[in-house]
Order: sequence, then C-alpha cells, then structure tokens
Amino acid sequence: MSTLIETRNVVDTNELQSALERIFSAYPADESSLIMILQDVQEELNWLPPEALDAVADHLHLSRAKVQGVATFYRAFSLIPRGKKVIKVCQGTACHVRGATMLVDEFERRLGVHAGYGISEDGAFSLETVNCVGACAMAPAVVIGDHYYANVGPDKLKKIIDKERP
Amino acid sequence: MMGNVPKFTNVSALSDYVLELKNNAESQKIELRVCAGPGCSALGSLQIYDELLVSIDKNKKELTQKGLKPEVQLVTKCTGCHGMCQAGPVVTLEPDHLFYTHVTPKDADDIITKTILKKSVVERLLYRQEPRKGGGRVRRYTDIPFYALQKRIALNRVGVIDPLDLDDYLLHDGFQALTKALTSMSPEQVLDEVDKSGLRGRGGAGFPTGRKWKSAVRVRKDRVWVICNGDEGDPGAFMDRAIMEGDPYAVIEGIIIGAYALGATDGYIYVRHEYPLAVKHLENAIQRMEQAGLLGDNILGTGFSFHLKITRGGGAFVCGESSALMRSIEGKVGEPRAKYVRSVEKGLHDEPTVLNNVETWTCVPSIILKGAEWFASMGSEKSKGTKAFSLVGKVKHTGLVEVPMGRTLREIIFDIGGGLLDDRPFKAVQTGGPSGGCLPYEQLSLPVDFDTLTNAGAMMGSGGMIVMDDRTCMVDVAKYFIKFLIGESCGKCVPCREGLRQLYDILDKITDGDGEMEDLDKIERLSHTMEVASLCALGKSAPFPVTSTLKYFREEYVEHITMGKCRAGVCKPLIEYNINKDCTGCLVCKRACPVEAISGEKKKLHVIDVDKCTRCGICMEVCNFEAVDIISGGEIVTIHDPSLVNVKD
Repeated sequence: MSTLIETRNVVDTNELQSALERIFSAYPADESSLIMILQDVQEELNWLPPEALDAVADHLHLSRAKVQGVATFYRAFSLIPRGKKVIKVCQGTACHVRGATMLVDEFERRLGVHAGYGISEDGAFSLETVNCVGACAMAPAVVIGDHYYANVGPDKLKKIIDKERP
Repeated sequence: MMGNVPKFTNVSALSDYVLELKNNAESQKIELRVCAGPGCSALGSLQIYDELLVSIDKNKKELTQKGLKPEVQLVTKCTGCHGMCQAGPVVTLEPDHLFYTHVTPKDADDIITKTILKKSVVERLLYRQEPRKGGGRVRRYTDIPFYALQKRIALNRVGVIDPLDLDDYLLHDGFQALTKALTSMSPEQVLDEVDKSGLRGRGGAGFPTGRKWKSAVRVRKDRVWVICNGDEGDPGAFMDRAIMEGDPYAVIEGIIIGAYALGATDGYIYVRHEYPLAVKHLENAIQRMEQAGLLGDNILGTGFSFHLKITRGGGAFVCGESSALMRSIEGKVGEPRAKYVRSVEKGLHDEPTVLNNVETWTCVPSIILKGAEWFASMGSEKSKGTKAFSLVGKVKHTGLVEVPMGRTLREIIFDIGGGLLDDRPFKAVQTGGPSGGCLPYEQLSLPVDFDTLTNAGAMMGSGGMIVMDDRTCMVDVAKYFIKFLIGESCGKCVPCREGLRQLYDILDKITDGDGEMEDLDKIERLSHTMEVASLCALGKSAPFPVTSTLKYFREEYVEHITMGKCRAGVCKPLIEYNINKDCTGCLVCKRACPVEAISGEKKKLHVIDVDKCTRCGICMEVCNFEAVDIISGGEIVTIHDPSLVNVKD
C-alpha cells in the first residue's frame, strides 16, 4: 500500500493545472466531451486523481457524482495510480484458448501485484487485463505502451519484464 | 505520393484529378507492399519498411538505370493487414503478386538487389506449403488456397492501399460511388439500391440495412444522425479494426452515402479505445477529406453537407449495443435501454438515428458502384454478399478472411485456414463472441450465414471464429465467457447481473472439482430465465456459451463432476504435472521452473513436487522429449502425438 500513497503525492498541482487547461481547450465545454477529456487526462497523468475529477466536474458544470459514475463505469479509466508502465495481458477468446490465463498468473507472481491493482515494488509496472486488443492472430498477446508482444508463452515473461523495466 | 490534395469544388475537378493520378501511375512498374497490420508490425514490419527504403536509396543508381526510379516507377508503402497473420511479417510485390513471408529487416537488401534488380525470387522467403501438400514453395499469394478461396468486398483495399494516402484511395476507385450517388442518384434511389442488395447489418444482429434506413426516413423530423459502430468488442474479432486501420476512407465514403440517402447532416464514428491506430487513421482521413472538399460543407459543390466526428470509447463491451453506444457519445454511462424504443425514432439526443457497424458501412460504396444485383448475386438465400471473419485460435492460418455468405465452417477452417495447429484434433469452433456458442465437429458442414448458425445454438455474430482443439476445456471456455460478461454487464437489470454471478459460481464449483450433477439442471433453469427476462441482447444471449457447450459437450461437464477429470488438462485444481520415463535428465525444466518445484540431477529422472507446483505449464513447454504429462482424474490426459488421437474425418 505504501507505493500507492507515494505515487499519490507525486501529482503536482501546477502540472495538473496546465495539463487540464490544455485538454479543456480542445473540447467544447459540455457533457458530450466528458469521456474524451477523461481519456486525455489519463493519458497525461497515467491515472485519474480525485483533484482532476473535481476540476473536470467544475469545468463541464456536472455534478462530481456524475463524473465519478462515468469514470468508474468505463474500464479504460484507472482511479488508482499505476506504475510507470502498464502491462496489458489480452484476455480475448483466442488468447484465452492459447493460454493467456497462465500469463496473468505468472505476471502476478513475478511482479508481486494483482491484475488491476497495485504497483510493483520498484514502481515500474502495473498489470491489467484487457478484454481483447484485436491482435487475435498473434495470440496470446501482451501490450506494453504501443508495443505488441506476439505469441507469448509463460517462459518468455522474465525476458519481457527485464526488457521493459525503465 | 502524399502531397497536399487540392480542394475539389465540383465533381469534374475530382475526376480530372483522378485521371491525372492514373496517367502518372501508368509509369509505375513495381509496388512493394509492406503489411503494417497489428500482427506484422508487432513482429517488426515497420523496420522492414525502413530498411527497404535504405536499400532503395543505396541502389538508387542501378534502379534508375533499369528504369525503376524510386517513388515514380518503384513505389514502397505500408498497408493495412494482408490477412495471413501467421506468415507475418508479410511483403508483397505487385504486379506479380509475389508473396514474401516471415520477412526480417535483414531480408530487405535481398528483396531490392535480387528480386527488384535481378528479377530473381528470394526462395527462402516464399510461402511454404504444408508437408502433406508437397511442402513446396509458392510464389504468388493468388495460388495459395487461403487467398484464392476468398472473395473480398469489405477487405478489398485492406492490404492494398496506403491507408493514410488519399491519392492511393482515389487510384483504387475511391469516391466513385460517392460521386455517382451525389450526381446521378436521388436519395430515394440510394435507399432502394441498398434495400434491394439485401445487405444486412454486419455487427451481428443481421437486421436488413435498407429496412432500417427506410424506417428512419419515415419518422424523420428535422434531424437524423448517422453513427458508425467501431466498438468491436467481441473478443476474438478484429475485422473492423483491420478495415478502419487499412481502408479508413472507404468506411467514411459509405457513411457519407448513407447520410445522403437519409438526409443526415451530422454523424459520429465510435471507435473503441483499444484501437488507437484506427483513431489515428480515421482522423487523418477526415482531415484530408475536409481539405479536399469531400467532407464538410457543400461536398464537391453539390450542395450536400455532412460533418463527421470521431468519439473514442471507454472500454466497455456493452457500448457495442446501439442504445448504450449512443449514451456513451452523449458523455454518459453506457447503459442500454429496452428495445421497444427504437433508435431510428429516438436515438442520439433522443433524435432519429441510424447506426451501422464498420463493415456494413464499408459495403455501401461497392453496392452503389456495382449495383444491388451484383451484391445480391453472392451469398446465401437470406444472407447476401460476403462476410469478413477473424479466423483465430488453434488454427494454422490465423488471420482475416472474407468469403461469400453460405460457405461451410469446414471450408473456412480447413480449406482456407489450413486445418488445426500441429494437426491436433478439432474440438469446437466458437462463433459470435460472448453472445454466440461453440459448435462441435458434427456441425462443421453448416453454411455460415445469419440464420443457420443461430438455429444451431450459436450465431455468426460480428465474425470472430475461434478454433479449439483437444487441449481446450469446454467448461473452462464457458466459464471464461461468463467471467467476461460479469465484468461487462452494466448491472441495470437483475436477471443479467445476478444470473451471471450465479452461473459463474456454479461453473467455478465444477472446474474446482466440487460440482454436483444437479448443478447442470440449475444451469439450464437459470439460463432460461436470463434469456427470457433480461433487458437487452447482452443479457438475453449471455447464457449461450454455457448452454451451447452443455448441449454439445455435456460429457465434459459430467467428467469434471463425477471423475474430477479435465480431459483437456486445463482446469488447474483438477490437474497435476508429472514427469514420465522419457525424461533424459537434461535439467532444462528444472532451471525453467519459476517456483523450484522440480528436483533431479543430470541424466537422472526429474520429479515435480506437486505441492510446490503452480501448474504454470512452463516445464511442459520447455521439455524437448515430451516427458511432461498432465494427470487428471487419475489418468494421463496429455497426448503428445496428435496422430494417436481418434480423429473423426
């Protein structure tokens, strides 16, 4: 849990403010922009800190509850801090029948985190499962940043982690 | 080739421009097409492209001497997915249809110096037939059954054109249908043409597109929206991704033609957030089309105006459902509503809305250009045209295929797909995503169209086709889909929300080895309730993966319950790994085991400590001597040599 709190403190108010201003200016200030603004905020900060949600609600003249509702509904949003890199293990059907569940277990064991929760001790990684990344022909697939790893077996995970460690 | 496109203020300016493009293209002799689809680019195809350019630059003098001036007579480009992802990275050379597979950046020089300069084929890069078909090398992709047996309409330009380049689209019949519709057809004629073609929604439901459009026109007040559903959520399906990434202009052309027929002035493309490249390519296309006067106010000077925006999804499967998708565009939580409120009457912002999926929109330009009769001449009686499928799972040629409707599952999986990986026995094919079902060997002769598969307890769905072999546990697959759906059920109605949880608990009990026979009856009763009482299609179809596996693979459920046996060796609580006498004592598995559960010395039989073992399967994967077995229900369930399995054929 300590890593959670540490990362939380990293949110710099000035940085947040300038990021938000930049993002807000790109969209009309109405409800239909909500999801896209949240996406951009997350892209910038890697997660959605409560301060950011407050600001988004103010800007769009929506209740904070409404913004929270949308942020928790969609899988794309993370309301807890994430590691510097997010390892996404595809759980599509093609990946599943080719052994993707084993990959999640193995990643969890090696990183000491749960899929969807927690950051590895060195702050480098979070682990997430994705329903389908649409790379079914290269199943099982693992995506880190914009790099796709194809035909990943449990014996390849150590190499991937070592290569990706920032 | 990607210079600035001028703004076309009328149709003849566009046709003059295309004529000039075609004249210039006549001097082109060779085209190198590097696949930059998701599979190939993951394996480094973009580097191959770079290396090809480096090599071309290095050999510029020789190439020019041969009359192959780079960029004029020798064009190199990155395209969308070529389809045969298993052979990736793929490079094709036109006009010879030469097909290079498993290309690495190091091969780039050989392709330029040998194939382009000396006109000799790089033998090692050619596609190799399977041993049982002779094992020879095949030069052209047109001679490989995987391609030869396909008929491409929606995927026609995917893998052919540079998806970022408007000129390239124009060179391949781009916007001819739009010009035809805007200048020589009335909106009613466009509606009639689409209606007559028999086109049905490719997103899964198969609702007749023409009928949907016509009913929207009937209720039209002052405004109608058009939406393109690019929220391809079915796991195991990536056709729409390939189309949006590989031929974005065609999707938009289809939408504009539809908007013209419907009298719509505004529309959205909703793309799931897992597809950032699709968003990028569509954004680029929209921007270029607006510059060229092909989108926006007064398109091609015809007086017709249409504006298109992209909305990115938030990663919710339920948003593939049309009413939930519309709520999501409005910036709301994506909850569907009951079906009696029709979107063509009250859709986006409670105004009449026509929503079709990516593949459906992409079929429209071809129908307008070539006519309804041409389209209706393909396919089966009630399902016209072609359908794209993502053929994946335990099949040899994983990738994208498009065939006329009505081809049998066997033709698609065995003739086009080349049969099962490692020639293992076929167990089932899963179609239709989480709303679909698993069909066994006995159903392989079923023709694939909207109605036939539904009658068999599955559905064609959006086109995901996941092949399963003897190492796939059908109870585990059912549990997989239910788990998927628990995460995706919006929670609005009880039968879906609670029914799924209960189903999962029962299935989990069975895969844990604690199941009872009466659980099977419970599953059936619960499934029935969900089918009847859920609010939207997600909940109504949610039990299908369970009911279809229970119908066709009941014996596997029974084995789990009565014998504690998972014959596929998948369900962890029911299996143990064991090293057999074929072990040579090579230490490979011992070193690979991440939890140090394997003991043994060099050249002596190794032993697995079952208590320490996490059943990760690494030992089995790394063993070169087939010495690791899976034991379940007291017997060895692993069959190393697939030829020893009883294959029904």
